[in-house]
Amino acid sequence: MQEETIKKFMYMNRKAPYGTIYALEALEVVLIGAAFDQDVSLAFLDDGVFQLVEGQDTDGIGVKNFSPAFRALGDYDVTKLFVEKESLEERGLSPDDLMELVWEDEDDDWAEKPSIRIVTRDELKSILGDQDVILSF
Amino acid sequence: MAYELNGQTIEHDEEGYLTDLGQWTEDLAAILAKDEGIEMTDEHWEVVNFLREYYDEYQIAPAIRVLVKALKKTMGKEKGSNKYLYTLFPYGPAKQACKIAGLPKPTGCI
Repeated sequence: MQEETIKKFMYMNRKAPYGTIYALEALEVVLIGAAFDQDVSLAFLDDGVFQLVEGQDTDGIGVKNFSPAFRALGDYDVTKLFVEKESLEERGLSPDDLMELVWEDEDDDWAEKPSIRIVTRDELKSILGDQDVILSF
Repeated sequence: MAYELNGQTIEHDEEGYLTDLGQWTEDLAAILAKDEGIEMTDEHWEVVNFLREYYDEYQIAPAIRVLVKALKKTMGKEKGSNKYLYTLFPYGPAKQACKIAGLPKPTGCI
């Protein structure tokens, strides 16, 4: 369908995973929006980087640990997760503290490829500049 | 609203999806399937069990497109198709199969 334009959608995640509903709602919007075959990226910055931290345990706060759902993003063809390097550093985190998220390339014999890309604040700025639609959570 | 099974009361939402996934049993699945007008065969169970495993791993009920892709990968092209799933679950594979599997309504079902 040639006449359909594919837009570049960016979902910005800036809040911690629990305490507010923003992180979970953002993920739900991404999963729903994935049905529309657009060019989707996610960005994690500020406290949003905590959403991707490995080994989350919510037993003590009585809410569902939804972090395993990030592992399903590849199935939804959401394969670009940009994480801001400075936000990690400011919180004493390193890329090794994050979940290992991969997507499987159907055209490459289901080879697993990493979804998370660490970018600097400046790189993220230019990525944001390329987007058609930016939704901030 | 609730299902009755062996003297047990099992709560569900207004669309029939279980409130507490932990209450799911194979006997309950049979009741849910009957409500949907479905006679469970090995092929139905295969999909239902697959959905339960998917939910266990990812904490979400997959959208139909994702289900098809995952089935294609694990069970081959013949079973990983919309047509095959609609043969088993004529009123919407994701919705009907998720309901029978005791999962919430799939995210992305509009």
